[in-house]
Amino acid sequence: MRTVKYTNQVVLTFPSKSANEAFARSAAAAFAAQLDPTLDELGDVKTAVSEAVTNAIVHAYPDTLGKVEMKLRLYPGNEMELIVRDWGVGIPDVETPLFTTGNEERSGMGFTIMESFTDTLKVRSVPGKGTTVTMRKRFALRAGGQHP
Amino acid sequence: MPVAYATHNRILTISLSGDIDHHSVKGLLHSLEKEVDAVLPRQVVVDCSGVTFMDSSGIAILLRLRQQMDELSGTIQVTGLNEQPARVLRAAGIGRLIPIAQ
Repeated sequence: MRTVKYTNQVVLTFPSKSANEAFARSAAAAFAAQLDPTLDELGDVKTAVSEAVTNAIVHAYPDTLGKVEMKLRLYPGNEMELIVRDWGVGIPDVETPLFTTGNEERSGMGFTIMESFTDTLKVRSVPGKGTTVTMRKRFALRAGGQHP
Repeated sequence: MPVAYATHNRILTISLSGDIDHHSVKGLLHSLEKEVDAVLPRQVVVDCSGVTFMDSSGIAILLRLRQQMDELSGTIQVTGLNEQPARVLRAAGIGRLIPIAQ
């Protein structure tokens, strides 16, 4: 368990409407700007958030609107934590997430992308209770940058 | 999701632009399928030079197009990828299935 206290945090809650996918990744990128990121690093954050939030919107609440929470935290060492949580249907077998319960517009690659665009990925899911996706990403330290 | 079609010599060029995510591609798959069915191209070129962001929703579209071109015994190629979409396709290993021109 991490005991280091975060240096900054933002928590956003929104309904599982697909229009909020673009909002969520832009918000995450805007918050990450404090770490003086490169364009590639910002792209990584936006991609990972887009996948996690889309999963919550498409899979957690397939036939209904529900609550999605995105928590963004900054830690010493230029590290960002991205937590996307829902209270939806959950994932029955979280060890093998390379499948899709969505329609043909989904590729089943969401977790693969999240994994390759962040440093660590943890998924906790309880069927009927919801899913929490926790990702960590360390940003390169740049000379002259302001670090929290 | 803005999309433009141009056909020349049975090569269908599909130009995508803007952000490609689950929200923006709603209805796009159907429109792409209809266009390919109408044109019956020997090659599809997906021009992504105007794409500013892409997540796995873009992969689903490319895979469906490849499947459709397989059925027509045609080919598919992706061109003009910016860095972020290129990284997404690389992470998913799409280059093994669809030729990507830099």
